[in-house]
Amino acid sequence: MELLNIKELLVAFSMYKKGFRKYELEVIHQLSLNVNSGEIVAVVGSSGSGKSILAEAVLGLLPKNSHMHGEITYKGQKVDKKSIRKYMGTDIAYIPQSIDHLDPIMKVGKQVMGVHGSKERQRKLFKQYGLPEDTEKKYPFQCSGGMARRVLVTSALMGKPDLIIADEPTPGLDLKMALEALKDFRELADAGTGILLITHDIDLALGVADRIAVFYAGSVLEVAPVEDFVKHKDRLRHPYSQALINALPQNNFEPIRGTQPYAGDLFSGCLFAPRCHMRDDKCACDVPMMDVRGGKVRCVHAADG
Amino acid sequence: MQLTGKDICFRYKTKSPWILKDVSLSIESGERVGVVGPSGYGKSTLARILSGYEKPVSGEVKLDGKDLPGKGYCPVQLIYQHPELSVNPRLKMGDILHEAWTPDKELLDRMGIEKKWFTRWPTELSGGELQRFCIARVLAPQTRFLICDEITTMLDAITQAQIWHLLLEECEKRNLGMMIITHNKSLAERVCTRVIELPELNNVERADV
Repeated sequence: MELLNIKELLVAFSMYKKGFRKYELEVIHQLSLNVNSGEIVAVVGSSGSGKSILAEAVLGLLPKNSHMHGEITYKGQKVDKKSIRKYMGTDIAYIPQSIDHLDPIMKVGKQVMGVHGSKERQRKLFKQYGLPEDTEKKYPFQCSGGMARRVLVTSALMGKPDLIIADEPTPGLDLKMALEALKDFRELADAGTGILLITHDIDLALGVADRIAVFYAGSVLEVAPVEDFVKHKDRLRHPYSQALINALPQNNFEPIRGTQPYAGDLFSGCLFAPRCHMRDDKCACDVPMMDVRGGKVRCVHAADG
Repeated sequence: MQLTGKDICFRYKTKSPWILKDVSLSIESGERVGVVGPSGYGKSTLARILSGYEKPVSGEVKLDGKDLPGKGYCPVQLIYQHPELSVNPRLKMGDILHEAWTPDKELLDRMGIEKKWFTRWPTELSGGELQRFCIARVLAPQTRFLICDEITTMLDAITQAQIWHLLLEECEKRNLGMMIITHNKSLAERVCTRVIELPELNNVERADV
């Protein structure tokens, strides 16, 4: 079943230049992505590509100077900033990137329990994630970074959410704990939860996800099953995903030139074109999302390559 | 040349728990030593001690049998995990680059640093671009050893490969010694000539961290 569907999303911020001149900074454009129940969709991409903005846009957490177009549906219902509120905490759980999202003047035990949780489950989760028993009586500032992050993870697992949006859930956890958390995600997904996992750690994504969405300069360039990234690298559809996989230390460790364009000076056509070895005149036109070999890709050369 | 740490012990206050105890290691010129270990085991502290930013409580750090110089340009240089925190936010990039020495154009070209970035503020560059400045800044001719503390952890795979290729090329050419702290096992296998596990060197008894 389709849980979350994002269609042609655009997010822009109003910013000021010198002399109070206003301009729009477009950080996400033409973004389409869906999450079905029972699967983990990992969003990977370099920093500054707008991954966290995506999570915040879906959950309606963006600041006031932002505005968005496009359509977001949850379980077939169109949702916006207001109507998604009624799902949050019960149907949808969010693991934020920063530990500053904890309430600083509420003890963490109570925060994790929330409105709908139970004490027993909270204690069980704390034990499972190696948090000492007295942690529940502590305030967030008394916890170390790693502890606070585990608290965030436990609070998302408190209820039985249908959709989890996890924004970089693992930094600050050591490898064992991170694998443990990912195993829990996998179990939840197998039980029918849909998970949107946002990460810049591509190794992590390869280990746990079912599908991977490759993000670049504010848009999704390719959505493909994880096997294409691990086993059949030649089946990858977009030159950027190929380059990304090729640059991993366990593969060829081979970089390509150039950097991601800044959100302020974007151009029309394919945003990867200046760094691409396959570019030609066709790349300057608008590139639609196409279905190629069981995945989705935004590249005019995908079908012939 | 040889950089050695002998019986390094470190803790922050007289009663706080030991972070490092009796750690000894040595790095030769041209060698790339990887240091791996879980977080909280003192990897970054060791990096700060070896590059002279922190004095060990006991034990010593020697460069060819001599102490590290207390003033002037230190031949052991540290590249830090967060490039955005290791530059002065009130200086423009050009001034940051020339803090210690003046790199020639050829080096800048190889590092992929563009002249037009010199007039920008640090917040106007991405992490990968900033990290290049931080690397060019420490590659003065006097540098003999580089300590790299998780320098590519927060970068994407392509930028990570770009930066390591630059750095390895430069080190081969000048026969620099390196200590590389990383979490990533496959990266360590790729770039290091030998890998040591810090928990095995470190004699601190640890309760569950």
